[in-house]
Amino acid sequence: MADAHHAAHDDHGHGEHHVHPQSHYVKVWGALMVLFFISVLGPMIGIKIVTLITAFGIAIVKASMVVKYFMHLDVEKRIVHYFLAISLAFMFLFFFAVAPDVMNHEGRNWKNVAAQHAVEAGLAAGDGHGGHGGGHEGGEAPAHEAGEAPAHEGGEH
Amino acid sequence: MAFKPIATTRSATGILTAKLAVWWLLASEVVIFGGVLASYIMHRIGHPEWANYASHTNTMFGAINTMILLTSSLSAVLAHRAAELKDGKQAANLLLATVGGGAAFLCVKSIEWTGEINHGFTITANGFWSFYYTAAGIHGLHVIAGMILMIWVSMSARKNEELHRVELVGIYWHFVDLVWIFLFPLLYIAK
Repeated sequence: MADAHHAAHDDHGHGEHHVHPQSHYVKVWGALMVLFFISVLGPMIGIKIVTLITAFGIAIVKASMVVKYFMHLDVEKRIVHYFLAISLAFMFLFFFAVAPDVMNHEGRNWKNVAAQHAVEAGLAAGDGHGGHGGGHEGGEAPAHEAGEAPAHEGGEH
Repeated sequence: MAFKPIATTRSATGILTAKLAVWWLLASEVVIFGGVLASYIMHRIGHPEWANYASHTNTMFGAINTMILLTSSLSAVLAHRAAELKDGKQAANLLLATVGGGAAFLCVKSIEWTGEINHGFTITANGFWSFYYTAAGIHGLHVIAGMILMIWVSMSARKNEELHRVELVGIYWHFVDLVWIFLFPLLYIAK
C-alpha cells in the first residue's frame, strides 16, 4: 500500500493532508466494536451508575471517534465547528428551557394531572407482563394499562 | 485545467461549497434529532413507568443494527479514502457495500417492528412507543435517503467523475451512524 502513505493534495477544501492507510480505519472500527460490546455488557453488572457510564459515556466516546476519525471534523475549517456548536447550543437551550416543566408534574401553581395519572397507571400495571399473559414482548399493547396517557399531558396548569 | 465553474467545486469560504452545504445540513439535523432525543430524555426522566415499556424493546435487534451501522461507516470512510486515491471504481464498490449495510439495517428493523406491532406495541400505545417509533422512524428515513444518495454518487464515482461527492455522502452517512449511537443506549440499553 505504498500509495496509501503518500500525501495527497486535497482540493476538497481542507488543505493538504495525509491519506491514512486502510488499517488505520479498520483499527478505529475495531475500537468502536469493543466499546459497543462494553456498552451491551455494562447493564449485566446490574449497577445503575455503571450502566449509565457504559451506555451513555461510551456513546459519547464512540460519537467523538466517528466525528474525528470518520468525518474528519478535526481537520475541517473552523467555521464548521462554529455552526455545529451553535446547533448544539440551541439543542441544549431547548432542553434546559423545557425540561423543568416536562420532568416535573407539579409546580408551585400548576399540576400536570394527566401525566401524574399516566405515571400512576403505568407503575401500577407493573412491567407489562402481568395483565396480558406474555413473556418478553408477549402480551397486548400496554396502552390500556398505562391509562393511555394521552398525548396531551398539558393537564391543568 | 481542473477548474470547473460550478457550485459544487467552488470554494468561497476556504471550504468546498458542497461540503459546506453538507455541514449546514447536518447542523440542522443536530437540531432535529437533538430535539427528539432531548424530548425523549426529559420525558423518560419524568415518567418512571417508561422503564417498564422499554423493557420490551429487543436489545439483540438493536445490537445487530449497531454493528451493521458501525461496519457500514467503515466501508463509507474506506470509499472516501479510495476516492482520495482517485480509485473511483473501488470507491463505488465500497459505497454499494455501505448501501448493503443500510439495506441490512432496514431488514432487521422491519423484522423487529413487525414483532412489536404484532404484540400490540404500536405508535399509539403510549408515550414511550410514540417516541420509539418516531425517533427510529425518522432515523430510518435518513438511512433510506443515504442509500439513494450513495447509489447515485457511486454511479458517477465508477466513471471517476465527481469523486469529491464520495466524501460528502460519507459525512452524511457517518452522521446517520452517529444518531444511532445515541438511539441505541436510549431505547435498548437504559431499561
